[in-house]
Amino acid sequence: MLVASQLIDPFVDYAFMRRALVACAALALGAGPVGVFLVLRRMSLMGDAMSHAILPGVALGFLLAGLSVPAMSVGGLGAGILVAVLSGLATRYTRGAEDANFAAFFSISLALGVLLISVKGNAVDLTHVLFGSILAVDDSSLILVASVATVSLFAFALILRPLAVECFDPIFLSVVDGAGGRWHLIFLVLVVLNLVSGFQALGTLMAVGLMMLPAITARLWTQGLGRMMVIAAAIALMSGYCGLLISFYANLPSGPSIVLAAGTVHLLSLIVGTEGGVIRRFLHPRHLRG
Amino acid sequence: MIILDDLTLGYDRHPAVHHASGRFEQASMTAVVGPNGAGKSTLLKGIVGLIKPQSGRVKLSGIDKRDIAYSPQVAEMDLTFPLSVLDAVCLGHWRRTGAFGAITPRLRQEALYALGGVGLDGFDDRSLESLSVGQRQRALFARVIVADASVIILDEPFAAVDAGTTLDLLELMRVWRMQGRTVIAVVHDLDLVRNHFPHCLLLAREIVAWGPTEQVLIADNLETLRNRTEAWDEHAPVCERGAA
Repeated sequence: MLVASQLIDPFVDYAFMRRALVACAALALGAGPVGVFLVLRRMSLMGDAMSHAILPGVALGFLLAGLSVPAMSVGGLGAGILVAVLSGLATRYTRGAEDANFAAFFSISLALGVLLISVKGNAVDLTHVLFGSILAVDDSSLILVASVATVSLFAFALILRPLAVECFDPIFLSVVDGAGGRWHLIFLVLVVLNLVSGFQALGTLMAVGLMMLPAITARLWTQGLGRMMVIAAAIALMSGYCGLLISFYANLPSGPSIVLAAGTVHLLSLIVGTEGGVIRRFLHPRHLRG
Repeated sequence: MIILDDLTLGYDRHPAVHHASGRFEQASMTAVVGPNGAGKSTLLKGIVGLIKPQSGRVKLSGIDKRDIAYSPQVAEMDLTFPLSVLDAVCLGHWRRTGAFGAITPRLRQEALYALGGVGLDGFDDRSLESLSVGQRQRALFARVIVADASVIILDEPFAAVDAGTTLDLLELMRVWRMQGRTVIAVVHDLDLVRNHFPHCLLLAREIVAWGPTEQVLIADNLETLRNRTEAWDEHAPVCERGAA
């Protein structure tokens, strides 16, 4: 069974491939559900904005401590939450819409980040931060990624109901639960956490792809919220595995390979998806009796 | 009993409800009537605490804030959100489950029973998006039934609802009133108010009239309502009423 063994061998033979696979699995479990809620809250582009927002924090961590996972993660987390809170406050107390405020603050943040890196670092560092390198995932990164996935899953189990109601009927929620954007804020923290955990494996740019693509794809396959989150995580997991294999055999960078694998699943789903895929649209099954 | 005490509600200092006073008695059934922009929805939001008064206050006498069930306009919801009809109805249990509590089989059964009560048997697993406007309104009524609240506040429950559904929902409201619940609803159809609502509140930013429907819906008052052209005045002076 030559082919079958080729699907497993890289992970059996090489420790860095095993680590990469475990990192992908953990990322998929956390980022899948986060992505689903970003899509449902009509914030699909917010993940992208947020991934740019964490850059100055990551850069600061890098400047202070070099390529240290904890320093860069704490920095990214801080920058992300700061941007989230500032845009949240601006939305609440001024006239601007939330997406506009996000755009404003992440632009500032991104420029600061690029400035910081170019002052002290070099192009290689910038490339590393932007595109990551999942094949260089070490123990501390693995622990971070796994912790974030664990926290995310528990947090979702806990706040799923208020989070869903806040999208579905926000006025009802404020009547029964009181005002205040605490669920939204917790959710934004989860978004930042998952992007930070993704950035060193996939880079800030590619982490968003693994978060959003499977989530958007999941909507083409189901109408149920729970199923959507499971399908998103499964697609992310599958894309991670396939992307790693492709990058191994074709000697391609892993981050883009993984995201492109997810992209392929998405393009196929656009055609064959059971909930609104193109084929479904053009098939005209005979109508029912009632 | 809900008492409005010189209540002013608004946005950006401009009042949408101006110096409103009066009371909704327990077990009363009141229609709130007025032209677009009269402050009807604002008044309801003020009562349930979604908007803070700019002056005056809402006093709840003998009821807890949590005894109020409020159903906003359908237009203010995201019906594309992937929730089943049963999920949405179960939200009525919030007072018992809170944000984290489980929907027990008993609570689920109650929700299914409420769905049957509004004529939506078998719709529990459907998505809200797939329902017609009237069916959605029925589902929202089921959510109110499940909440088992002593005060029920509905914003335009009959908007875009057909005659048959309207009669069904009115029957439900009559039962609520018989059970001693207080019902407040924004309604546009005056004939419907005359035939089914014992009390009526005419609102055009200020209260034009409030009391038994047959004394409120008279030609004089309706004429006043029509003539209240409420032009938006960007440079309105500060209101001195009630300042002393």
